[in-house]
Amino acid sequence: MIDIYPSTEAPARRLPQIPWFVMLAMGWIGFVLLVALLADVITPFSYTAMDLKYRLVAPFQTFSHPLGTDELGRDVLSRLIVSIRISLLIAFGATIISAVLGTTLGFLAAHFRGFVEQAVLMLADFQAALPFLILALSVLAFFGNSLPLLIGLMGLYGWERYARIARGLAISASAQGYATAITQLGARPTRVYLRHILPNIASTLIVSMTLVFPEVILLESGLSFLGLGVQPPMTSLGNMVGYGRDYITRAAWIMLAPSTVIVLTTLAVSLVGDWLRDKLDPTLG
Amino acid sequence: MTDLLTLDDVARAYVTRKGLLGRRSTVRAVDGVSLQVKAGETLGIVGESGSGKSTMGRIALGLERPNEGAVRFDGAPMPLAGTPEWRDARRRMQMVFQDPLAALDRRLPVLTQIIEPLAIHKIDTDPARAGLEALTAVGLSRDHGARFPHELSGGQRQRVVIARALMTAPDLLVCDEPVSALDVSIQAQVVNLLIDLQQRSGLGMMFISHDLRVVRQISTRVAVMYLGRIVEEGPAADVLRTPAHPYARALVSAAPAPGPRRTDRVILTGEPPNPAARPTGCAFHPRCPVAVARCRSEAPPLVPIASGRSAACHLITPFAKVAA
Repeated sequence: MIDIYPSTEAPARRLPQIPWFVMLAMGWIGFVLLVALLADVITPFSYTAMDLKYRLVAPFQTFSHPLGTDELGRDVLSRLIVSIRISLLIAFGATIISAVLGTTLGFLAAHFRGFVEQAVLMLADFQAALPFLILALSVLAFFGNSLPLLIGLMGLYGWERYARIARGLAISASAQGYATAITQLGARPTRVYLRHILPNIASTLIVSMTLVFPEVILLESGLSFLGLGVQPPMTSLGNMVGYGRDYITRAAWIMLAPSTVIVLTTLAVSLVGDWLRDKLDPTLG
Repeated sequence: MTDLLTLDDVARAYVTRKGLLGRRSTVRAVDGVSLQVKAGETLGIVGESGSGKSTMGRIALGLERPNEGAVRFDGAPMPLAGTPEWRDARRRMQMVFQDPLAALDRRLPVLTQIIEPLAIHKIDTDPARAGLEALTAVGLSRDHGARFPHELSGGQRQRVVIARALMTAPDLLVCDEPVSALDVSIQAQVVNLLIDLQQRSGLGMMFISHDLRVVRQISTRVAVMYLGRIVEEGPAADVLRTPAHPYARALVSAAPAPGPRRTDRVILTGEPPNPAARPTGCAFHPRCPVAVARCRSEAPPLVPIASGRSAACHLITPFAKVAA
């Protein structure tokens, strides 16, 4: 018997022409991910190890501290590597949580309509009207601070966008033939939503994930800068910027290094997201 | 009980509102329709746009709940849409849609979609073999199965939709204008395919169309609808050759036919019907060439006019062959 089962993947298409800046952005994202994964192996020093004889060494002065040291003589490169890992963990975790939460609520609203829809939309409006920083401040003030809590809290960021998008797209998809046809075949709502509607609207959701991702990194940086995010001795990109600002005139490299990583990473994700939106929309060819 | 599907005096009304403060008006899309579909026969439903044909198809499948009347499938009342019983009943009744491209998921290869009913209804057969058989049955090759809907032609897509509908071996198939989006040459292929499949499996079919040529080809019986009501019903050959109701006569005479130019063409005058403002009495009387005073005040009931035929017109004497 010849295998007539079609593979679920799309047939192999020719590699699309990728603009050079998107290539560069993808390369940077890959590099940052690699750094985050290999953080334990590639840090030259422990990120908490102090070397008081070498305080505030400028970058490129010694081989042992290529990016210099901070006010306590800690290696900036090592701290940067660990910070990238923590910040990416928060950003990825939070983006995925908010995407799953928002999409689920949006689908529920689209399926049940009526009261459920009103409740979800009201929650979304509430979330959109409330400055997220205030919500984050109050939660962190009441519940203290830990990495899982911080990730969960950031997961609340931006869910209302997914909820609105998913609801709108699911409603319009249900009115289209394919969802009606599948329902008519006797499929349960879970099959209709997860197997048919979700793949059809995934491109929009993926693009909004790439829009939320940089915002989460910046938000985490902001919170850490205010001293409410990642707590010392743990370090993150925003945390490094926040504590490095005291030395901005004497040792700017302490905060410049993480700032550069933040800017480059958010820019790269935005560029790739923008490109993905065009690529995933079949009407744009 | 030989009737597969029975619609008993069903009516479906929609409430519409014009503008923010406009008055509500009720549109009775289907208004007191009774009909039966038997296993192995095809009931053709004809009528112009807005006559309630599609609404009736949706009611017949339980997709839409009638406001009045009852729908019975194989002797049992139709379960509420969305309930597990209703989903289970889908196995025995299926639908073929007007626009096959819209009815297919454009992100899945068609074979995956054809065999999906097996997974939905947990039917324990080899999906690969059943899928191939279904493709062959509708005249497609294995190669077509791996393609995506947009890579197929309109006729091929409609074959895919039909193959998917027949996957669970249903007893009833409702076809809602299945060929009106297709080329004339493809129409015949799809209609012949449906006739073949019906002869092989003996399913009951409801064939909704405004195209009399197609209906004549496929139907055993025909019901002519006007503004939500059946105005004439009977064996397809009789109704379409010697229509009794004035509207049916106008409809039949308007259908293009080869041969010399016809001189007895009935041309309807007046406004097309507005379901929101139904005329009093017989809904057809403003456009009827033979209307009398009684038609304005009294709605004619659907009465038998010959063996197996019935019509709703005051001017037709019950049980007379043809009167006018």
